[in-house]
Amino acid sequence: MRELSLHILDIVENGITAGGDCIRIEVDEARKKDQLKIVIRDNGHGMPVEKMKNINDPFITSRTTRRVGLGLSLLAAAAERCDGTLRVDSQPGKGTEVSATFRYNHIDRAPIGDIAATLTTLIIGNPGIDFVYSHWIDGKDFSLDTREIRSEMADLSLSDPVVIYHLTESIRSALKALASSEGGA
Amino acid sequence: MAKLTIDDLKKIKEKTAKETSLRDGPASIKITVHMGTCGIAAGARAVMSALMEEMAAADRQDIRVVASGCMGMCSSEPNVTIESEDSEPIVYQLMDSNRMRQVFKRHVLLGEVQTDFALAKM
Repeated sequence: MRELSLHILDIVENGITAGGDCIRIEVDEARKKDQLKIVIRDNGHGMPVEKMKNINDPFITSRTTRRVGLGLSLLAAAAERCDGTLRVDSQPGKGTEVSATFRYNHIDRAPIGDIAATLTTLIIGNPGIDFVYSHWIDGKDFSLDTREIRSEMADLSLSDPVVIYHLTESIRSALKALASSEGGA
Repeated sequence: MAKLTIDDLKKIKEKTAKETSLRDGPASIKITVHMGTCGIAAGARAVMSALMEEMAAADRQDIRVVASGCMGMCSSEPNVTIESEDSEPIVYQLMDSNRMRQVFKRHVLLGEVQTDFALAKM
């Protein structure tokens, strides 16, 4: 994957497949501490303990269309080559939390990429699912909660492509403002 | 804390000042963008973005878009399936944003199946 936002899209789709209806996504860019952390939490049905042991093994998968599952393995590889780690915590019946850390300035760290496109792709492609997104850059944060948006915009649907188009643009500019607000890095 | 404020939402609302209640009516065409790991790595998100732009421009109330997982044909990703009421579902392969735009304009809006891009009839 060329962008970390694509990994996020992929892991979130896992969470939805696991039956989650509210997915929390956190991106924490601590540029001064040279750390990047991405957390994806779903409230799906979780994984049994024996599955967890082999979590990064691409040949262990719950899918049925083919026998290889690459999503988590790819994210683990992306994190590990940047002196980072991948952790997966799962409780049957409660959900799964995937958290990946990276050294922010590691030369092999992929760019975070187009978060706005990832979010709106998720929103329009999964009408019944809610998303809570938080993004920190050096302590300042941006957040988005589709449950709030839905209640504020009672008569406007989040599956309307025009709404999605404008939503993408506002997320994009909010994140850009956040990135440039601190220290001009 | 920066947040998508109510003002932002109101602005979006003004920009989209039009009748949207029909959006929840029956769908006659369903477009599925396959978004497994393979699809995403091959560029499915760009396909979805192009599709959203075309949808916004076409302003048709009876078209639904959904994301789904891999269908097991990873080498032909990104795949897009078009299902309409009056014909068999068509799976398109090796999609990119330009192909998506063409398929949307010709197949979805005009009903002309783009056989050059098609993988299979289901």
